[in-house]
Amino acid sequence: MKVVVDFDKCESNAVCMGIAPEVFEVRDDDFLYILQEEPDESLRPKVEEAARMCPKLAITIEG
Amino acid sequence: MESIAVVGASLAGLRAVETLRREGFDGRLTLIGAENHLPYDRPPLSKVMLAGGWDESNLSLRTNPYDDLDLDLRLGTRASGLDLDPARRAVLLDGGDRVQADGILLATGSQARTMDGLPGHELDGVCTLRTVDDARDIAARLDASPRVVVVGAGFIGSEVAATCRGRGLDVTVLEALPQPMVRGLGPMLGAVCAQLHRDHGVDLHLGAGVEGFEGDGRVERVRLVDGRTIDADLVVVGIGVVPATDWLEGSGLTLDNGVVCDATLRAAPGVVAAGDVCRWPNPLFDGELMRLEHWTNAAEQGVAAALRLVRAGPDEAGAEPFAPVPFVWSDQYDVKIQSAGRFTGEDEVAIVHGTTEEYRFVALFGRAGRLIGALAFSRPRNLMQYRRMIFERASFAAALEHAHAAS
Repeated sequence: MKVVVDFDKCESNAVCMGIAPEVFEVRDDDFLYILQEEPDESLRPKVEEAARMCPKLAITIEG
Repeated sequence: MESIAVVGASLAGLRAVETLRREGFDGRLTLIGAENHLPYDRPPLSKVMLAGGWDESNLSLRTNPYDDLDLDLRLGTRASGLDLDPARRAVLLDGGDRVQADGILLATGSQARTMDGLPGHELDGVCTLRTVDDARDIAARLDASPRVVVVGAGFIGSEVAATCRGRGLDVTVLEALPQPMVRGLGPMLGAVCAQLHRDHGVDLHLGAGVEGFEGDGRVERVRLVDGRTIDADLVVVGIGVVPATDWLEGSGLTLDNGVVCDATLRAAPGVVAAGDVCRWPNPLFDGELMRLEHWTNAAEQGVAAALRLVRAGPDEAGAEPFAPVPFVWSDQYDVKIQSAGRFTGEDEVAIVHGTTEEYRFVALFGRAGRLIGALAFSRPRNLMQYRRMIFERASFAAALEHAHAAS
């Protein structure tokens, strides 16, 4: 599984960080950082929920 | 369960049908929508879409094709009632059709509250903003550089004002209360919202009740209760929404500012609700009856109500309460306003992570020693941390400690 964020769409609402903090982090500079681009399969449900709940639909999952 | 009908084809309804298919429901799935459009995203309507030069294809709420969902899709179709008899449970449609369904999910959303009781409300140029058609109409009118009057300084009114200022238009905002959003935020934070508008050149009138609209066929001015008039070429009325439950009158469901459900989102046997129409006791806030009008709730509740339908089982053992921390955001000017939890202007409040003057801070709200809410101006990282703490029922003292440790 590969996590891809469209940074042209991302508005740093940080919803993804609330759902999957292991993968997504919005830092004090207000930018989103992906902590693991290819997270373990065990995180798939959380990453999928983060993608669904992103207000900008900026997150996609490949594979 | 062999057939399910979802009434309402916006965010909650779409997330519901997606969830049902993901859960393996392979029966007949009907999605009924009053508007003539596929589900679309509403937050951009008051922002980028009014800013002009924006591609409407960005409003799509789905990246995968609709064919994947194998829907019986009924767009441009209004539901007119329900038949709740378990032997022939059905959604009744305008024109007399019935959609037979073992399970029904109500997600008809809300509609803009209007000022139809006031003189001149029918004049050309007096608008509300709820649908993509509304937004197209207003965007086209903005191209003529009108003098804009916004009635109501809530989220929608404030966003419209901010977008119009971004286009360089003259904007007046009329708010009937003494401060913007004073009931929800209290006078101190309401004043911060007021100052944000004034810093950006909005002519903001507080305590300004509207008496009516005047003009010859088209609106030319707004008359206030105190007798003053404000010149206007375009009026956008943003005074809230009302849940779209008219069609459910007499259905047998309990209607009281929405469809009243239990904690698991059930309105009646085989019937659940989600999104702006749903009013349910949220266990995380001592069972307070809530009806939320926000994007994130529509998405989360659409998923939860769908799971409620297919997972509960005949003995209802699999029915789980829906207990989220409400979350809403609003983009105004260059500020991202986000709120988590449930609070009022009456609660204890503390400003942390910055100052109100720089429009970058978090306000924490406490009640009976518990952290019950947080409001952030351009502090998304912190806000999400507090959203989690609210979910974990953290104390107000623990939240203050967290804030001081972080700064």
